[in-house]
Amino acid sequence: MARAFTPKVVTANDLLEGDVIYMAADDSWTRNLSEAELITDEAHAQLRLLDAERQAIRIVGAYLADAKEGPNGPEPTHFREDFRRTGPSNYFHGKQEAQANV
Amino acid sequence: MYKYNDFDSAFLAERNAQFRAQVARRIDGSLTEDEFKPLRLMNGLYLQLHAYMLRVAIPYGTLKSDQMRQLALLADKWDKGYGHFTTRQNIQYNWPKLNDVPDMLDALAEVQLHAIQTSGNTIRNTTADHFAGAAADEIEDPRPIAELIRQWSTDHPEYQFMGRKFKIAVSGGETDRAVTKAHDLAVRVVRNDAGEVGYQILIGGGLGRTPMIGKVIRDFLPREHLLPYIETVVSVWNQIGRRDNKYKARIKITVHELGLETIRDMVEERFARILPTYGGADQELFAEISAHFQPPEFRKGSIDPYTWAYDADPVFRAWADTNLSAHRDADHAIATISIKAHGQTPGDASSEQMRVMADLAEQYGYDELRISHEQNVILPHVHKSDLPAIHAKLKEHGLATANVGLISDIIACPGMDYCALATARSIPVAQQIATRFDELKMEHDIGHLQIKISGCINACGHHHVAHIGILGLDRAGVENYQITLGGDATDTAEIGTRTGPGFAYDEIVPAVERIVGAYMDLRDSEEETFLETYRRVGMEPFKAVLYPEARKKVA
Repeated sequence: MARAFTPKVVTANDLLEGDVIYMAADDSWTRNLSEAELITDEAHAQLRLLDAERQAIRIVGAYLADAKEGPNGPEPTHFREDFRRTGPSNYFHGKQEAQANV
Repeated sequence: MYKYNDFDSAFLAERNAQFRAQVARRIDGSLTEDEFKPLRLMNGLYLQLHAYMLRVAIPYGTLKSDQMRQLALLADKWDKGYGHFTTRQNIQYNWPKLNDVPDMLDALAEVQLHAIQTSGNTIRNTTADHFAGAAADEIEDPRPIAELIRQWSTDHPEYQFMGRKFKIAVSGGETDRAVTKAHDLAVRVVRNDAGEVGYQILIGGGLGRTPMIGKVIRDFLPREHLLPYIETVVSVWNQIGRRDNKYKARIKITVHELGLETIRDMVEERFARILPTYGGADQELFAEISAHFQPPEFRKGSIDPYTWAYDADPVFRAWADTNLSAHRDADHAIATISIKAHGQTPGDASSEQMRVMADLAEQYGYDELRISHEQNVILPHVHKSDLPAIHAKLKEHGLATANVGLISDIIACPGMDYCALATARSIPVAQQIATRFDELKMEHDIGHLQIKISGCINACGHHHVAHIGILGLDRAGVENYQITLGGDATDTAEIGTRTGPGFAYDEIVPAVERIVGAYMDLRDSEEETFLETYRRVGMEPFKAVLYPEARKKVA
């Protein structure tokens, strides 16, 4: 039996900045995972990935990452995605730094 | 040290202009990412977890002070004020923006540095013994050989799109400080029975998912045959190496599958055809290059200030005991600057630290710096009388850690804090181990012990050849760390043996502590190193302290 589909978000890196971005429901890109579109349907997920790949002029390496519903929007289920939405652990750089400066 | 001629400068300027145009074409949409990726990789530009990463080559690990200052400038102007020195004598910038990279490459070219072939399926940056030209036990400076290989391999049309990458290392004598046996090809300067200097050639070494120790394919190669022979080896492999499976593409697999004898026969047969096509231009070039590497005129003078400081200052003495190595000139020393202060990221230097090291090299060190595969910085030629002043300056900038060769002198890859390939973090594990043993104040008692940590099976952190190797994996969505013991990165190179099941992130430091505790109990004297003890007693006593539960079940 095929494995049950788990919810996903579309994520990539920004072409110019190189940082982690997520696709929102309105086709825009956000730097916050919590603002991403959480996709619960497998067929829809494939379509959304194609939508993302059509924007190759501003993004690199789009893929579907596992996520789950949280109180403030999607949350990571794997530590790799947790690091991607935060930044490295040895310096306060990356998204954690950007968010602190808001 | 090698200085670019007009040809070199023009080549680099043109190459940088090409890359600038390639970046522009990617940004305006003329190039897809699939088309752009091999081009950016060939110019050292990766895309990692959080940002782009630019990997700059430090050919044979040698830098002048103006080059080090320029590396600091790049860190300040286009990055976050630091750089990361790697296990292959490169420096990596973790936060560049795509638009800025062409400017960064132009700035590097101003000081004769580049990022060409620091990635991609090409011949990579040729590395060398970081004590080259200074070590007391050296037969000949290996850097002219490395420079010859760099010039030959750079943009070589036959070797731009190979089945996989190809790494070469060069060492200048019997003592191996360049991990030559873990390279696709290694050149070791040797002397034969007749007293002639030539080269021993090894092939098929490598770490990664299938670790292999390099094997001698030619015991003694006459000096003038070097380049044609290397060309032959690479071309034989380029033709027969597997392209169906990237995990089986490296020359170590080719050697393993076909056998060394078969490869040697093929190489000899082809070599006989290639050798006559070399008209001696390579030897002229080698002579020209060698002239750039004349040793400085070592100054004379009393070393009394060194002796006085050594006798009077215990902090200086501890540093001198661990961080200095024997220089060929008795009044000089090789000083290793640890960029591994306890709790810091191994291999990282701030722009300020880079400038301090550049200043010291200019003022006291004949303008030379080296980067080691062990991720430290070296002043290769220092008159001993200058050491107290150097140490005092290093202390002011967090650079005087006396831990070279000790348990906190850890090699660690960037791991999942930066790398897109990583399966677990390396840096925080290194930081915690160093901090823990510093708290215990044990590391000088423990003595020589190398810990090396990789955040994935690709083994950039050289864990296979560590006395205690740590490999970070993803086990069912959780970081898990396997331990290997008994690896060796020197001329007696060996691949370490796995202890057994891995340890969780919060269990790995206590596990290392138990291994070290067992060693302290087992060693037959304070002089017996960890590796010697391991070789004497074997794996079992260490397993017993690592897995006491398993032992109970058996009993």
